Amino acid sequence: MATVEYMGKTFTVDEDGFIDTYESYCEEWVQWVKHQEGIEELNDEHKKVITVLQEYYEKNGIAPMVRILSKVTGFKLKHIYELFPSGPGKGACKMAGLPKPTGCV
Amino acid sequence: MSETPKPDELFSNIDYRPPSSGWMDTPVDIKKGIYSYAGNPKSLEYVGLPFARQWNPIDEDWSLPENWKEIISKGFRERLDRFRSIKVFMDICVRCGACADKCHFFIGSGDPKNMPVLRAELLRSVYRNDFTTAGKIIGSIGKNFKKIIGARELDLQVLKEWWYYLFQCTECRRCSVFCPYGIDTAEITIMGRELLNLIGLNIDWIITPVANCYRTGNHLGIQPHAYKDMMDFFSDDIEEITGVKVEPSFNRKGAEILFVTPSGDVFADPGTYTCVGYMMLFHYLQEKYGFDITWSTYASEGGNFGFFTSHEMMKRLNAKMYAEAKRLGVKWIIGGECGHMWRVIHQYMDTMNGPADFLEEPVSPITGTKFENAKSTKMVHIAEFTADLIKHNKLELDTSRNDHLKVTYHDSCNTSRGMGLLEEPRYVIKNVCNNYYEMPVNTIREQTFCCGSGSGLNAGENMELRMQGGLPRANAVKYVHEKHGVNMLSCICAIDRAALSASVEYWVPEVEVTGVHEMVGNALILPGEHKRTTDLRSEPLPGMEDDDAE
Repeated sequence: MATVEYMGKTFTVDEDGFIDTYESYCEEWVQWVKHQEGIEELNDEHKKVITVLQEYYEKNGIAPMVRILSKVTGFKLKHIYELFPSGPGKGACKMAGLPKPTGCV
Repeated sequence: MSETPKPDELFSNIDYRPPSSGWMDTPVDIKKGIYSYAGNPKSLEYVGLPFARQWNPIDEDWSLPENWKEIISKGFRERLDRFRSIKVFMDICVRCGACADKCHFFIGSGDPKNMPVLRAELLRSVYRNDFTTAGKIIGSIGKNFKKIIGARELDLQVLKEWWYYLFQCTECRRCSVFCPYGIDTAEITIMGRELLNLIGLNIDWIITPVANCYRTGNHLGIQPHAYKDMMDFFSDDIEEITGVKVEPSFNRKGAEILFVTPSGDVFADPGTYTCVGYMMLFHYLQEKYGFDITWSTYASEGGNFGFFTSHEMMKRLNAKMYAEAKRLGVKWIIGGECGHMWRVIHQYMDTMNGPADFLEEPVSPITGTKFENAKSTKMVHIAEFTADLIKHNKLELDTSRNDHLKVTYHDSCNTSRGMGLLEEPRYVIKNVCNNYYEMPVNTIREQTFCCGSGSGLNAGENMELRMQGGLPRANAVKYVHEKHGVNMLSCICAIDRAALSASVEYWVPEVEVTGVHEMVGNALILPGEHKRTTDLRSEPLPGMEDDDAE
């Protein structure tokens, strides 16, 4: 597995750049994904998406389906793409430190 | 992840001229966008598969066990002895080429090793060398003579070629329909993948769902409380759209029927709307006829990625269906809209995990119809069940609520070729919507083209392959879109719903994808419902907008 060094921290990541374990999530990781995603400024809306994802993941062990994410945050899917150009999975889940979703999705 | 070429670029890149060198002399070139990532070692370990390790398909060194050749050879021998079909399929191919242009991956890529005959020949060449008398005699004269009889030794390059092309086959069996000998190339792929699994060479998009399924009962790793949470979310949706509160039951002992469906229906759009359709149908039947069905958070997956790993893994993952039916004490089982789930149920389950003599032969409690075809498995496909209800006039339907749709139907490979379910879904569709158009005859029913992403190839990193493989199906969709204005592609498979959404968006973006029971849910008039102004996707229904808004 590849490693990423950023702001003095080292992260192990998979082929698509997802962090290997949720335990390694930290502020530096957020900054790294922000940089990767080309997001200029992290605002409260970004933070809300991340918080919702993490709360759901801690409770359920998986990422929420997109419609639940939309409903709980109050953001339409289109708006989530505006916040995270790679989308809810490859952008937001990645930043939140969640594993890559795999299955019939 | 690699950049997927644009549709016109991908289309114009298809080149059907084979390379100038012979196929044995053309080394494998593992390309980004075509291959899927290697299996996560944690997932292999979880289900006890051997040689779990980090490896990368594009690295020269695959960190193989030292005696890998011996393991493969022994595994090959065992399977030739155990499966008569494989022995026959290895021997009888005359390389007539009838299958060559029937594969969606060959049509979409032009790569000659995606001709089913040649994909099988990758294994057959080693079979001839190691397991036939001719191979042994000619091989003893000298290495150069082997080619005359199409034999070659297994080496690292051959192994890599196996891996690359066995994960470019969706086990759809379209080629088999055209084979004059009836060779089932899917079985050859299944066997080849089993061999690869002996040395830890699975792909992640298969093995991680397998591990999830073994742990939680479903591919996505949905735990019971989360499963219930998602269904509650759908119940709220239904209440918003219809004014009716739907309350499905879970793991309920003493229910008459158990319902098992792919977890994709509970998690991934547009399958979630199909799930909503099931929930509405069951509620309707309960209100009207006292229908008694339970969902299960344990048997919470119809699909079986074990089928894409090995016979043993398929058996392990399938076992929960009967186990849960027994635990709950139901009489029989209804299964949801899924593809390969039904190949496993129809062709393996009874002998693998049966006989389910604790269940009864399925009889619809509403119509009294005996499902003779499900006598041995005790499991009925929901399309058959619903078609029977409609036939007996048991559903109140407002078909005009599907009038905004011009619908065509994609036969899933496994329900059509794997179990002969051709008429029932069409019967349901034609009774719940008014605009239905068939795609060309050589692309439907038993000749149906694969979605292009089945058998565990629905990953993100192999998108170029998926779009190549999705081309023939999408091309037929494009035809009915242009000729009849078709805007909705229906299907009865969760992988289809995910895979076709991507390939249709790529090739024919004007068309959307739906499950059949989503359309049933649109049309079904629930007792006590208020006037509907939207469909199940919460999109406004043309001509049925809210009176207040007018």
